[in-house]
Amino acid sequence: MAVQRAEAFPLHTSDDVVRVRQIVRGWSVELGFSLIDQTKVVTAASELARNTVTYGGGGTARLEALQDGGRRGLRVVFEDKGPGIADIERALQDGFTSGHGLGLGLGGARRLSSEFAIESRVGEGTRVTIVRWR
Amino acid sequence: MAAKTRLPEILQHHQASLVTDWLKRQREVLGHRAGNEREDRELAERLLKALGEVTRGGAVTDTDQGEWAGVRELLGDFSRERARQGYSPAETAMFVFSLKQPLFDRFRQEVGKDSDALASELWTTTLLVDRLGLYTTESYQKAREEVIARQQQELLELSTPVVQLWDGVLALPLIGTLDSDRTQVVMESLLQRIVETGAMIAIIDITGVPTVDTLVAQHLLKTVSAARLMGADCIISGIRPQIAQTIVHLGVDLGDVITKATLAGALAVALGRLGLAVCRAPGKA
Amino acid sequence: MERIPILKMGNYLLVSIQVDMHDQLALALQDDLTERIVQHRAHGVLIDISALEIVDSFIGRMIGNIAAMARVLDAQTVVVGMRPAVAITLVELGLSLPGVHTALTVERGMTRLQELLEAESLNGRPAS
Repeated sequence: MAVQRAEAFPLHTSDDVVRVRQIVRGWSVELGFSLIDQTKVVTAASELARNTVTYGGGGTARLEALQDGGRRGLRVVFEDKGPGIADIERALQDGFTSGHGLGLGLGGARRLSSEFAIESRVGEGTRVTIVRWR
Repeated sequence: MAAKTRLPEILQHHQASLVTDWLKRQREVLGHRAGNEREDRELAERLLKALGEVTRGGAVTDTDQGEWAGVRELLGDFSRERARQGYSPAETAMFVFSLKQPLFDRFRQEVGKDSDALASELWTTTLLVDRLGLYTTESYQKAREEVIARQQQELLELSTPVVQLWDGVLALPLIGTLDSDRTQVVMESLLQRIVETGAMIAIIDITGVPTVDTLVAQHLLKTVSAARLMGADCIISGIRPQIAQTIVHLGVDLGDVITKATLAGALAVALGRLGLAVCRAPGKA
Repeated sequence: MERIPILKMGNYLLVSIQVDMHDQLALALQDDLTERIVQHRAHGVLIDISALEIVDSFIGRMIGNIAAMARVLDAQTVVVGMRPAVAITLVELGLSLPGVHTALTVERGMTRLQELLEAESLNGRPAS
């Protein structure tokens, strides 16, 4: 599997969330994603970008255009150095809120993506990776 | 390929007779499967001309090289066309291989007395024609794959037709086994049609679906939810006893989704919802 | 910061969301609508999202909140023009938008609002 193109973007304000949404859409259009797949990856990215800004104290979104054999994909990695998530399993359940309202974000983002991975350590930060294949 | 070959010379000076002999040989080999005479003649002339030009450069058998692009293109187009017309890859390749005999004949005439030279020329010719023939086979494969991919797409679309039963009522009769991918496609096309036709009710008929598993049931329910979010209602019809059992057994919660045994029953409900009624035409018994 | 325009149409309020909203804009819309419902004693809110290509959980919940607050203020909410891709995504996100009525077009949405209000006045109690 090869990374054709990679770029990182800051996520500190809600304007950044909107911008990352639009950039993710742009990349997915270029990769030839169907409208449904575009919508799924952009929505998942929106959820995670917002989490990074609101709960992670700001961070980055790194986009990578992937090529694996015949298929193309888009990977987005959301990283922050925020408080981290203590109970990841619970956070992934729908409707979960730690009082900060993480709510539907993580579980939804996972269901909307082809691949999903999350690493988090309390006091150190969180990294969420999603991949959407064409 | 050290020795200088007279192939370019032969191709140039004997083009007309080569074409005639080549076509004759094709007809011998392919019989009634040979193509249209005029078209074949045209192609043979163009190929021999292109071969004559490219071999003059010296690289007589390096068909991979850039200079051979013109010849490859001719062969590729020919191969794709034959694939489209339903010819087998062997038949397509035989068109090319039939060129050997005429060329061998020419070489025997020109070089016959010198057996070493003849052997060398025949070998060069064999190499070249084999490569050209194999190239048509490769192109053929690619073309067939494209046809199959397109047919698969058409089949997928054909098997998920959305019909408008009435103004504002759509029906999606599903036939065959549903898998995850197909159900996704089905979902999307139904929702798209709802927007396009402004339908208020969509009837999903599963009479033609032999089995339903949890995944498919979930997909169907998601379709219903999505349609609702858009402002249209769904009715599921054609649930056979076995499927009803499976649904209960799997613990799938149909919630408040309306279900009817038959498409006809669903249509009646739909029309009723729209405030429509079917009545006998005046004057008919 | 620009705000999303809210139009008054008789007894109803009409909102057409045309832009990709950032969070503050969405919250401002929530506030503005609530204020205007009271101000005009509106009985219906029509939210047109036909221009929205993305509705994530935040926007989804905002819509749900608007409907809930409108209800408390004695108004019904109808959301119109949801795109198929958006509908599919919202379902995957698990958002069901309770208390939100939906319709395909603004026209149908108005009809729906009328129906809801008529039903309400007949029963003496809000339609669910």
